[in-house]
Amino acid sequence: MAVDMNMPILIVDDYKTMLRIIRNLLKQLGFNNVDEATDGSQALHKLRDKSYGLVISDWNMEPMTGIQLLREVRADAKLKDMPFIMITAESKTENVVAAKAAGVSNYIVKPFNAATLKTKLTSIIGNF
Amino acid sequence: MTASAVSPVLEERLATLQQQRGGSLASGDIVAVVESILATMDGDLSQTNLKLYAELESLARYITEAKSEIASLRPDEIRSQHLPTATDELEAIVGATEQATNGILSAMEVLEGLTGEMSPELGEKITEAVTQVYEACNFQDITGQRITKVVKALQHIEQKVDGLLAIFGADVAASRSVDADTASETAEEKDKKLLNGPQLPDAASSQDEIDKLMADFN
Repeated sequence: MAVDMNMPILIVDDYKTMLRIIRNLLKQLGFNNVDEATDGSQALHKLRDKSYGLVISDWNMEPMTGIQLLREVRADAKLKDMPFIMITAESKTENVVAAKAAGVSNYIVKPFNAATLKTKLTSIIGNF
Repeated sequence: MTASAVSPVLEERLATLQQQRGGSLASGDIVAVVESILATMDGDLSQTNLKLYAELESLARYITEAKSEIASLRPDEIRSQHLPTATDELEAIVGATEQATNGILSAMEVLEGLTGEMSPELGEKITEAVTQVYEACNFQDITGQRITKVVKALQHIEQKVDGLLAIFGADVAASRSVDADTASETAEEKDKKLLNGPQLPDAASSQDEIDKLMADFN
């Protein structure tokens, strides 16, 4: 099945520059329908208000972290199947284990490149 | 009192005092205890007693000197001036790198917007270069997180300096306990322990290692 290149994607990061970088890289990959949030709680509100096809979230944010957002998403009957990619500088094994236990779809460690982002997206939504 | 009786008495007096002081003892308290025990020793001092007396006197002198040396370091200045200045400087670095990164991103976005007016070959080359710049701009996020870790380390030092000031009688609140009680750890506290931030290159997991770890779960 062809990937819907117009699917809404929510990117979550407390660094505005990082949001801008991810948005630009997604645009280069052909995804133009991108929305932003600067922490987990803001993201959760947006996810409950609008239908998204994918979440790409940082881990280390306040007041709600990425792992807390992931747990909220997985606990929500309407959102539980949402593809969720963590993009974070948290590269310890214990972090990856905790994210996997919480139900993360894929995990990208910062600093990352466009090729890695494309590979992880493809593994979740298929070739585009 | 004989020398053999001094050690248990000293230990008991110090333990009682420590309990009364809520777990910490100021150097002045130790000196006072030692001096009070010495005052109770009778005149029939044996060679061992004299040696013990000399040791205690030396200990008291050492504590007084240490107190004087620490006071000369001016921990009050470290607390009120140096640490806040260092924190401000580090936050300024974060602000400056963010501003610079946004400038770079703006220029790249303009350049990328112009690729439509170029030949396909040239446009592709420019897009490739712009992508590399976007990737390189990851540094700002990493730098910011590393600096945040340093700021937290400075805050920890600040707490320790507070403790020193309390011991040496400065007008500072008593040092706070930073040791979390792991037995009664909440989920939020457990999550906080996972906020390690960027690892130094030698300690960091690579994307390949993380991919392998993720695959191991499947």
